[in-house]
Amino acid sequence: MKSGSNLEKVFEKGVFAVTAELGPPKGNDVKVVMEKAKHLKGMVDAVNVTDNQTAIVRMSSIATSKLILDMGLEPVMQMTCRDRNRIGIQSDIFGATALGIKNCLCLSGDHQRFGNEIDSKNVYDLDSIQLLSVLKGIRDEGKTLGGDEVEGDVKLFLGAAANPFGDPFEFRAIRLAKKVKAGADFIQTQCIYDMDRFREWMKMVRDLGLHERTHIMGGVMPLKSGGMARYMQKNVPGITIPDEIVKRMVAAPKGKGAAEGIKICIETIEQLKEIEGVDGVHIMALEWEHRVPEIVEEAGLLPRPS
Amino acid sequence: MIIAEQKPIEEILEMLAPHKKILLAGCGACVTVCQAGGEKEVGVLASQIRVARQEAGNPIEIIETTLTRQCEPEFMDEAKDLMNDVEAVLSIACGIGVQLMAQTFYDKPAYPGLNTSFLGFPEEHGVFTERCAACGNCVLHLTGGICPIARCSKSLLNGPCGGSQDGKCEISKDVDCAWQLIYDRLKALGKLENLAEIIPPKKWITSRDGGPRKIVREDLRI
Amino acid sequence: MVSKNPKIVAFCCEESGMPAYEHAVSLGLDLPDGLKVVALPCGGKAETGYLMKALDEGADAVMVFACYEGNCKYVRGNIRAEKRVNYLRERLEKIGLSPEKIVFCPVAPASGQRFAELVQREVDTLLGA
Repeated sequence: MKSGSNLEKVFEKGVFAVTAELGPPKGNDVKVVMEKAKHLKGMVDAVNVTDNQTAIVRMSSIATSKLILDMGLEPVMQMTCRDRNRIGIQSDIFGATALGIKNCLCLSGDHQRFGNEIDSKNVYDLDSIQLLSVLKGIRDEGKTLGGDEVEGDVKLFLGAAANPFGDPFEFRAIRLAKKVKAGADFIQTQCIYDMDRFREWMKMVRDLGLHERTHIMGGVMPLKSGGMARYMQKNVPGITIPDEIVKRMVAAPKGKGAAEGIKICIETIEQLKEIEGVDGVHIMALEWEHRVPEIVEEAGLLPRPS
Repeated sequence: MIIAEQKPIEEILEMLAPHKKILLAGCGACVTVCQAGGEKEVGVLASQIRVARQEAGNPIEIIETTLTRQCEPEFMDEAKDLMNDVEAVLSIACGIGVQLMAQTFYDKPAYPGLNTSFLGFPEEHGVFTERCAACGNCVLHLTGGICPIARCSKSLLNGPCGGSQDGKCEISKDVDCAWQLIYDRLKALGKLENLAEIIPPKKWITSRDGGPRKIVREDLRI
Repeated sequence: MVSKNPKIVAFCCEESGMPAYEHAVSLGLDLPDGLKVVALPCGGKAETGYLMKALDEGADAVMVFACYEGNCKYVRGNIRAEKRVNYLRERLEKIGLSPEKIVFCPVAPASGQRFAELVQREVDTLLGA
């Protein structure tokens, strides 16, 4: 075992894994974290704790991860390259693992142009692939990037993101291969609405044998309304939503949009379970954590292995 | 070349408020080409300042000049005599020129009339784009002659990130995704295998991050 | 302060503004004493430097008479002139002056009447301000 994390164990058992996402509060209100975590307890194998997602200032992912760890949930601490240089990153990893955090998802991070501090300086000292390799070096060689011995024993299950819907499409599987080579033990994909393109990408992934060297979790995000579907289709870079999905969402009767979104989400999970090389699902229901239990239950993913 | 643009005129007027007689100094190099600080711009800006000050009932005398270059000490001589007669200099060279003016004419204030923007070139008439970040450690041989440091919003070395769509960067549809350009070029060159290699963490020490930079060439020193 | 006989410098394209001016003169139309006409080979030659310099040297207003869109002998000279005028108008506002001190006026070669009217309108604007 690389980390002994619950998520790693679930994969080891060959069970279809389930993770969800928790967005920390824009402040230090612990009650917000507890309220969100409450809905996820027992429903998923691990919970991603976002790191100032969309470049909006929030409670740190390390602190939030520790809070939910104390509540008996397993965190997947997200770490972006936007806000810290290699010194900060390695230091934070020492701290996080000392606090008992066993999973880390390595991301480049949304550009600060999207957030609430657009005048900030971005760091990007490392990119996500380099971050993976640095953390792998700390774990497997016991060495920092600079070559110093690590005091102690850092156990980490390393994750990375992949976007099958970004461009250039043909390069996406090759880039995944780079992430696997750099150290990604598991992969969570961008949210999937375009199942045809996802299948096509998975075929390229299998052709490269990557599904045997990492655990791929398909990302899903329930749409909340027809308006949201239309907005995302037009405005969110790196996400493609087919017209049929938008049509279904728009056609839903007033007040039933959310239910239709969840239905689509469950259908997507059912399809993911059948795709060779997909080992789990990652449910991104930010600010909708309370709807995760019904998604998990109706998708037949309960009970979770203990 | 260095691309610059004129500071807001209000800001310039504020800087010059205490003065009655100044030298307005353009530069015949990069900023002439990007039409921000050449002889023509000296004329237009001088007129604007004079008209504004006249209107405000506080006229100012402006001597206009354009140096061959403001980024080399030897050309400072061209402004020497003119500087005797003025209280201050408004330089519309890049930041290098302003600093050299300040250093050379130590007892008189030198004000910047431009914002030095970036290193780039005119993509078309009136459109200037960034190409180089002067990071001191070139990777263009690996990336198809397209710089990911200057042209990727995140300066990724193993891009593109998930935000690349239809050839555009996630920050704006007006910004090309550098990694799409790199991919396309390497594909055209039949060198896509370059991209399968992981480029290791960069030595930023040669960039601004290593502190102010300096090159000493013993072979050239006298 | 604008005097009763404001000084107006009119930069005139030789393909439109100049013939329009000459037409106005030949018709015996009233043109102000303070009007000074400068011929340019094309509206596109109306550089920001010239226009600003005129104000700097004491003109109360600057007018650029060029061809209507689509009529420029050099294709885009008139369009570029208008862009420059707009740029300078913005700058004038920023330094606390009326943007009406620089105006772009498309005219046809045979429109002496319109030329005279536009100049008079500019005089009225200046005196009204």
